[in-house]
Amino acid sequence: MSQSDQAITASGDHGHEHRDDIGSKMGMWLFLFTELLLFGGMFLAYGYYRYLYSDEFHFAATELSTSIGTLNTVILLTSSLTVALAIAAIQKGKKNFAIFNLVVTIGFALAFMVNKYFEWAAKMHHGIYPGADELLAKSNGEIIFFGLYYVMTGLHGLHVVIGLVLLAVMLVFVIQDKITKDKYVALENSGLYWHLVDLIWIFLFPLFYLIQ
Amino acid sequence: MANGTVALEEKSFYEESTNRWNKGILAWIFSTDHKRIGLLYLYGISAFFLVGVLAGILMRLELIAPGKDLFEPQFYNQLFTLHGVIMIFLFIIPGLPAIFGNFFLPIQIGAKDVAFPRLNLLSWWIYVVGAIMALISIVLPDGPLDTGWTFYVPYSVRSGTNISLAIMAAFVLGFSSILTGLNFITTIHRMRAPGMTWFRMPLFGWSMYATAWIQIIATPVVGITILLVVLERYFGIGIFDPTLGGDPILFQHLFWIYSHPAVYIMILPAMGVVSEIIPTFARRTIFGYKAIAMSSLAIAFVGYLVWAHHMFTTGISDTSRIIFSLLTFIVALPSGVKVFNWVATMYKGSIDPKPPFIWVMNFIFLFSIGGLTGLVLGSLATDIHVHDTYFVVAHFHYVMFGGVGTIFFAALYYWFPKMFGRMYNIKTANIAAALYFVAFNMLYFPKFIMGYMGMPRRYYDYLPEFEAMQQISTVGSWLMGITMILIFGSLIYSMKKGKKAHKNPWGGVTLEWHIESPPTLENFHEIPTVKTEPYDFSQLKEMDYESK
Ligand code: HEM
Repeated sequence: MSQSDQAITASGDHGHEHRDDIGSKMGMWLFLFTELLLFGGMFLAYGYYRYLYSDEFHFAATELSTSIGTLNTVILLTSSLTVALAIAAIQKGKKNFAIFNLVVTIGFALAFMVNKYFEWAAKMHHGIYPGADELLAKSNGEIIFFGLYYVMTGLHGLHVVIGLVLLAVMLVFVIQDKITKDKYVALENSGLYWHLVDLIWIFLFPLFYLIQ
Repeated sequence: MANGTVALEEKSFYEESTNRWNKGILAWIFSTDHKRIGLLYLYGISAFFLVGVLAGILMRLELIAPGKDLFEPQFYNQLFTLHGVIMIFLFIIPGLPAIFGNFFLPIQIGAKDVAFPRLNLLSWWIYVVGAIMALISIVLPDGPLDTGWTFYVPYSVRSGTNISLAIMAAFVLGFSSILTGLNFITTIHRMRAPGMTWFRMPLFGWSMYATAWIQIIATPVVGITILLVVLERYFGIGIFDPTLGGDPILFQHLFWIYSHPAVYIMILPAMGVVSEIIPTFARRTIFGYKAIAMSSLAIAFVGYLVWAHHMFTTGISDTSRIIFSLLTFIVALPSGVKVFNWVATMYKGSIDPKPPFIWVMNFIFLFSIGGLTGLVLGSLATDIHVHDTYFVVAHFHYVMFGGVGTIFFAALYYWFPKMFGRMYNIKTANIAAALYFVAFNMLYFPKFIMGYMGMPRRYYDYLPEFEAMQQISTVGSWLMGITMILIFGSLIYSMKKGKKAHKNPWGGVTLEWHIESPPTLENFHEIPTVKTEPYDFSQLKEMDYESK
């Protein structure tokens, strides 16, 4: 079953190079699965502590700015659309439209990080960060809430940055014609990764900003 | 390699590089050839194994008499931690999949390489980086970590030793393991030769498949858990810190959700190797092929649901203890299925007791003891008595060392002629196997008794009543040291000086025995079409096989 769609590409130095787009995508899905589990551990911890300290979590969540959270949600959701458009464009051979969409996606990613920066900076300004005296003066549940908040959104932010770099590399590839109408699996995989980043945010957003 | 038009057939993978360097170390450490990568792992992992053995022997030396003999208690703590970390993260988890999986999985399914050769090379590099980080953590000023290999909080948050770096090393090593797993799953799905259906796949392939799934499902969880410990150390986020409202037991849950399935990452490939070796030397097809294949998947699945049996004494509720105890008994069943099938395979076979087979006999004996004593630990009442004693130490050495470690050697002896194209001295190998058996039981059996009598684990000192048995154990460790020297000495000698091996010295019929020893760069002159089930010995008549 696998042999038919494996085109052996002519390669200069050795014969191991083979191309199997379905295989590449399968690998990517498996990788995304591990990412989900990585966050899964965190969600488990969140669920446990939410159960243990439901009142304090409730109270602590009111300190987060729902408007910044909403703005970032809109940004990420839209960027998922633009990255999908970029892939669709490449499949149709519309290079310039793909470039445009990738640039927009990267712009959104940057905007997300800038927002995140202001959000975190404001919290820290008010002495809400792990180890700060103001935070330690609060109840245990609130301390844990903010501990989880920083770890989970921080880890997610790290993924946004990785996705951003990945998309920037893809942009260069598209410009250099290394990603084309017939060979776009790398872009597709990066798109999948970006959707994952989006997906995780869609869970983080209500858990931290909406359930108050 | 040109497009197959030029006759380069006779060159082995040792003589043909996959990158722009033809010779030398660079042609190896940047090679994307699965066989070279497998060998790189073999050398690295064996080196770490020997360091771990050395640490073990040192510990046994300290225990030769009650009181302080050689070094301070703190150094003993660091030694067992170092020993545990090396043995678990650097030797036994990557051991069989990374070495033999890399080398033989593609060959056994009739492929030229794994699905992602460059990713494979990356995994090796990540392994090296992780190993280097672990080594650096030993020499930095604050000293090697002293928490035990389990990194339990709260001590791992408080200890002043180089915890963070060591934990990050484990994190990085986990990443390497994930990438290998992902690579193998894709390889098995996408690269099987024509005619190589799922149920014609050798059982080693099945076991690698189940293992790879555990690697990707379980490893991320421990990754995030130990990352949290590092964050806890630097920022005091409170998740595991009871003074801030966190829960240290949560760490144990998260840790064992990975680390228990991890023991199946260790044992499943070993069981796969056994399922290869027994048919070859019994000249009979495996009994219950599907049962063995499916029991691997069953172990992989149920193995997820037993983690809390490491936590029976932490104060978790009785209901959960009873459930986890029951599940622990259930997970023993698929292993039992395998053992019975292996024995049934041998029944009425024409057994040829060559060294790999003898090593497998060692395995069945030692692993059965390990498995049965596991049931003692899995029952609630008895576990309370022997928890955290030498009984546990003996148990996990019997399963990990006696089980997986023994199969590491069995696999080495089985595939050595294929990997290096040379044969070792059969007599030396048999002597080593016998010595190993004696040394092993001398080293660890007394620990069962001491544990039952109440000797706690991770202590550098003991009451005088344990002296005789501690000494037997220490002498056993010397014997084990000698055995290791014998094994590695003779194999290293044979790599260079051994007789040229025949391409099929044992009369195996899986695909690796159809090709050259050592294999060519692309393994097969042309991708084979598979027509039979994997252990069909009627093909042996047509095969080129050294029958004497
Ligand atoms: C010559 C070989 C070996 C010797 C002499 C040896 C000896 C020991 C000793 C004395 C301890 C400490 C017991 C205590 O005080 O609690 C220990 C712990 C341990 N050993 Fe071994 N061992 C050997 C091989 C292995 C192998 C092959 C593995 C794994 C595959 C292994 C895994 C472990 C682990 C995980 C621990 C627990 C460390 C901890 O408590 O954190 N050992 N070993």
